Amino acid sequence: MEKKNILIAGVLAVGLILILQLFNLQILKDEYKINAENNAYKYVTRYPVRGLILDRNGNILVGNKNTYDIMVTPIEVRDFDTLDFCTIFNLNPLDVREKFKEYKRYRRRIGYQSLTFLKQVSGIQYSIFIEKAWKFPGFSAVSRTSRNYPFAAGANLFGYVTEVDADFIKKNPEYRSGDYVGASGLEKSYEDVLKGEKGYNILLRDVHNRIHSSFEDGAYDKDAVPGKDIVSTIDGYLQQYGEELMQNKVGSVVAIEPSTGEILALISSPGINIEQLATINKHYKEIVNDPYKPMFNRAVMSAYPPGSVFKLVNGLIGLQEGVITPETRYSCNMGYTYGNRKLGCHAHPSPTDLTQSIMMSCNAYYCHTFKAILENRKYPTIGDAFNNWREMVMSFGFGRKLGSDFPSELGGTLPTTSTYDKIHGKNRWRANTVISLSIGQGEIGATPLHLANLAATIANRGYYYIPHLVKDSPDTTISPRFKERNYTMVDTSHFHKVIQGMYQAVNSGPGAGGTARLARVDGLEICGKTGTAQNPHGKDNAVFICFAPRENPKIAIAAYIENAGFGGTWAAPIASLMVEKYLNGEISRKDLEKRMKETSLIQNVPVKRRR
Amino acid sequence: MGNSFKIGKIDMPLVLCYLFLIFVGWINIFASVYSEEHSSIFDMSQRYGMQFIWILTALVIAGAILFALSHKIYSVLAPPIYVAVCLLLFAVIFLGKEVNGSRSWFEIGPVSFQPAEISKISTSLFLAYIMSKYSFRLGRMRDAVSVAVAILLPMALIVMEKETGSALVYCGFIFLLYREGLSGWFILYGLMSILLFVVTLAVSPLAAIIILFLLHAIINGIYTGRLMRHLLLALPVAALLWFLPSLHTLINLEYLNGIKPEYIAVAIILAFAIFCMYKLRGKRGRHMKLLFLSLASSIALVFSVEFIFQEILQPHQRARIENLLGITEDLKGAGYNVHQSKIAIGSGGMWGKGFLDGTQTKFNFVPEQSTDFIFCTVGEEWGFAGSVAVIAVYLFLITRLIVLSERQKDNFTRIYGYCVACCFFMHVFINIGMTMGLVPVIGIPLPLLSYGGSSLWSFTVLLFIFIRLDMERWKY
Repeated sequence: MEKKNILIAGVLAVGLILILQLFNLQILKDEYKINAENNAYKYVTRYPVRGLILDRNGNILVGNKNTYDIMVTPIEVRDFDTLDFCTIFNLNPLDVREKFKEYKRYRRRIGYQSLTFLKQVSGIQYSIFIEKAWKFPGFSAVSRTSRNYPFAAGANLFGYVTEVDADFIKKNPEYRSGDYVGASGLEKSYEDVLKGEKGYNILLRDVHNRIHSSFEDGAYDKDAVPGKDIVSTIDGYLQQYGEELMQNKVGSVVAIEPSTGEILALISSPGINIEQLATINKHYKEIVNDPYKPMFNRAVMSAYPPGSVFKLVNGLIGLQEGVITPETRYSCNMGYTYGNRKLGCHAHPSPTDLTQSIMMSCNAYYCHTFKAILENRKYPTIGDAFNNWREMVMSFGFGRKLGSDFPSELGGTLPTTSTYDKIHGKNRWRANTVISLSIGQGEIGATPLHLANLAATIANRGYYYIPHLVKDSPDTTISPRFKERNYTMVDTSHFHKVIQGMYQAVNSGPGAGGTARLARVDGLEICGKTGTAQNPHGKDNAVFICFAPRENPKIAIAAYIENAGFGGTWAAPIASLMVEKYLNGEISRKDLEKRMKETSLIQNVPVKRRR
Repeated sequence: MGNSFKIGKIDMPLVLCYLFLIFVGWINIFASVYSEEHSSIFDMSQRYGMQFIWILTALVIAGAILFALSHKIYSVLAPPIYVAVCLLLFAVIFLGKEVNGSRSWFEIGPVSFQPAEISKISTSLFLAYIMSKYSFRLGRMRDAVSVAVAILLPMALIVMEKETGSALVYCGFIFLLYREGLSGWFILYGLMSILLFVVTLAVSPLAAIIILFLLHAIINGIYTGRLMRHLLLALPVAALLWFLPSLHTLINLEYLNGIKPEYIAVAIILAFAIFCMYKLRGKRGRHMKLLFLSLASSIALVFSVEFIFQEILQPHQRARIENLLGITEDLKGAGYNVHQSKIAIGSGGMWGKGFLDGTQTKFNFVPEQSTDFIFCTVGEEWGFAGSVAVIAVYLFLITRLIVLSERQKDNFTRIYGYCVACCFFMHVFINIGMTMGLVPVIGIPLPLLSYGGSSLWSFTVLLFIFIRLDMERWKY
C-alpha cells in the first residue's frame, strides 16, 4: 500500500515539474513572446518619398532618384558564394565575413529581423543582384529613394540626408533603424515637412519565412505618405553662379531680397561637393579631414571682423545720436592719432564729409565719430554710452542670432562693457582704448549673413525682415516672424545719407577715390561699401556689401573672402557680378567674370593640417 | 446480463478523462493545421477530418471492448497476442516502410500502422499474464528472468527498428516492477545513472565522480545511522577532489603528467571504500557488497559515458542531448524544434492567444505540431491555464489508474492497470517534457491528443481493456 502512495507522489512530483516549467516559459519569461512576434509578423516598411526642394522660380533644387538598399535577414542566410556576391557590389570579402561574424555575435538580439546590409546600390548593381538573388538566400533588395541635385550647387545649403544612428533614435524614438533624416541645412530644418509618413505592409510568414499571406488582406496596411515639397527662396541659377565665382576661394556670399528678407543665395566656400552629398557617408571621412572644413557653413557660422563695412553702422549711429551731421568734416592725415599711437589710413583727399568718408572709406573719420559717440555728454559714463551704442548695433542684428530658418546659425560676437572691464580693468578704458570698433575691427565678429542683412537694412532705409530660406507654398506656411519689419534704432530719415556715400563708392568717376569702382555696372545703380578686414592669420580679408538698384532695391549682397586682400579688388567684383547676373540675367563684364572665376585665393589661407 | 446493468459499473471518471482528451486533441489538431481554404473541421482531406474518423472508430472499438467482448479473453489470449506482435515487430524490420530512417511502419494499401504501438498492449497483457500466476515470485531468478525477457524482447526489436523513443517507454515498466516487489534502490540507481550521465557530459567526469562519492557516503551514512560522521569525513575529501586539477598543475610533478585527475580521484575513492569495508568487515556484509558494486559500476558508467555517447548513440540523438544540456546551441538544427516549441508555448502567456489565433503553430513554425508537438498548440492558444488543465487531467488519469489498480482483487487486472498507468506516464512526461525542453527530443506521441490513428487506437484499446476488466471487480 505504501508503494502505491510513493508512486502517486512521484507522478504528482513529475507533474509539478512540468507545470513549473510551463510557468517559467509562459509567465516568467518575456523573450519567447517577443520572439514569437518577430517570428510570425513581417512588417515591410514602405518608405515615403522625401519632399522636393524647389527654388523661387519653381526649378527643382533637390529631387529624388531611385536607389536600392540590400537587406539581409541573418537567420535565413545559408552558405553562399561570397566572392560572387562581393563582385556584384564591389566589396571586400573580408569585410563581408567580418559583418557576418558580428551578426553571429548578436544573433539573439537580431532574431528574425532584417538589417540593412548595403545602402544605395546603383540600378545596375541592383539588376545584376536580382538576376542572381536565388543564390543568396536571406538577402533582398528594397527600393529607396535618394537625393539628386539638378543644380550643381547648394550642398551646404540643402544639407544632407542620412540614415539615423543609435544615438539619434534614442533621442527621437519616433524614428526606426533604417529611416532617413535630414542631418544638416534645409533638410534638417524642414525635416518635418519633407520626411513624409512611413507606411507598412503586414505580412504573415511561416517557418520557412515564406510569406504566407497579407495579414487580414492588407486591412491594417498603411500607405506611405510622400513628404511635402518646400519652395525655397533661393534662386538656383544665382546660387550656382555664386559658387562658380567663389571656387578656389575661402569665404562666403549671401544675397537677400531686401523687400522680403528672402535669401537668394547662400554660398559657403569651399563647400561640400554636391556630387558627394547624396552618398555622403561614403565620403564622410574625406570631407571631415579636409583642412578647409567644407562642412563648416561660413555664411551663418563664421564670426568675421566686419571691417570697414561696419563704418556704415557707426555713421548711422553717429547721425542718430546727433554727434555728426552729413556736413561734419574730419581731417585725416594718413590716419588717426591718439596718445602716442596711430590708427593708419590710406592716402585720400582730406578732410572728408560723411559721403566722402564712406566713398573713400576713411578710417580717421570713424575714429572721430566713434569717439564722439562714446564721449557723448548725454551719458554719465562711457559705460552707459557704450551700452547705448551696443544696443543700437544689436538692433541691426549684430551680436545675436538673426533667427533665420537655417540650422546651425550662430550669433557672431559683440563685446560688452564687462568684456573691456576684464581686459583693461574697470573704468580703465576710454573711447580710444576700443577705437578699433569704429572700423569694424577688434572684439566684434559678424557672420556674412549679418552683413547681408545690414545691406538689406540699408537698402530698406532702416528695417529688415529676418532672412529666411523658405517661402510660403501650398504645402507650407512660414512662420509669421519672417513677415514682420524689424526697425533699427536709427531713424529711417538718416539712411539716405549713407546711401549717397555707398553710391559714390561704386559710381564715382575715376580719380575721385571711390573704393568700389570695380563693382560698377552701367544702369544698375549699385550702392556698396568695401571692407578690408585685418586677419591675424595672413593677408587681409576682402569684404563688400552692396544693394541695387538704389531705389526699390531688388538685391542686397555681402561677400566675404578670406585672405584675399582689398575688399574693392576681390569682394566687390564678385558681389557686383552676382547683382548683374540676378538683375540683368547676363554678364557684360566677361573679362572680370573670367578673372574672378579663375583666380585662386585659397592658397593664401593658412590651414592647420590634421596629423 | 443487460447493458444497462453493466453501464453503472463503468468507471466514469476515466471515460470522461478519455473523452475530454480526445476532444482537446481534435480541436488542437484542427488549430494546428487550420487554413482558410479548409475551414470545416470535418474536411476529410485534412488531418482534423481524418482524426474525426479515427475518433469515431476509436469510440466504436471502445464500445466493442466494453460491451461486445468478454473480459475473459485477455488472460487467455495474452501469450499468443504477445508472440504475434513480437513477430510483427521482427517482420517490420525487413518489410516495413522506411520513414525518417526508421523501419517501423507497415503499409498495407492505404492503411499504415505501427506494430510498436500495439506492442504496448500486448506486452502489458503478457506481463499481467505471467506475473499474476499463482506461483510467481519476482525474487525468484526464473521469474525475474522471464519478466525481463518479456519486457526487453519487444524493446530490443523496437530499437532495431530505430524507434529508440518508443523503446524508452518500456523503461516505465520499472515502476510496475517496483510495485510488485522490486527494491526501490533500483529506481534510485536508475535515477543516479541518469544524473551521472548528465553531469559527466555537461560538467566533467570528475564532477560526476565527486557526486557519486558523496551520494554513496550519504547512503551509507543513512544506512549505518551515522550520517553526520560520514558527511564530516566525505565533504573535505570531496572538496579536495574538486581542487585536484588545480593541485595537479600547481605541484606539476613529472611522473603525474599524463595521469588524469579523474584517475587519481577514483583511486582515492576506491581506497576510501576499501578502508570502510575493512573497518566494517563482517557486519552488514551484503549491504556493503551492494554498495560497493553500485559504486564500482557507477564509476564504470562515468568512464563509459564518453564511449556510449560518441559510439552507441546516433548523431541526431547526440545532438538532441547536447542541445538539451546546453553543450551546443544550434537553433536551426537539432535545437530548432525545441526552440520553436518553447517560443510557441512561451508566447501563450497566462490565458493564451485564443482558439485558432496562435501564430506560431498556425504557420508551421513548429514541425510535427499535430503529432509529437501538439502540446505547443495547447500552450500557445490556451495559455498557462489551458496547459495546466490538460496536464492536470493526465495526472488525474494516471493516479486514477493507480488507485483503481490497487482496489482490484484480481492480480491480472491490477498488474495490467499498472502497466497502463506506466505507459501513459512515460508518454505524457517524455512528450510534454520534450516540448518544453526538459527532456531530449524523443519522437513519441502525446496519448489521445496527438494526431494519428495507430496511436489513438492503441491507447484507446489499452485504456478500455482496463476499464472493462475493472468492471469485473464486483464479482469477487
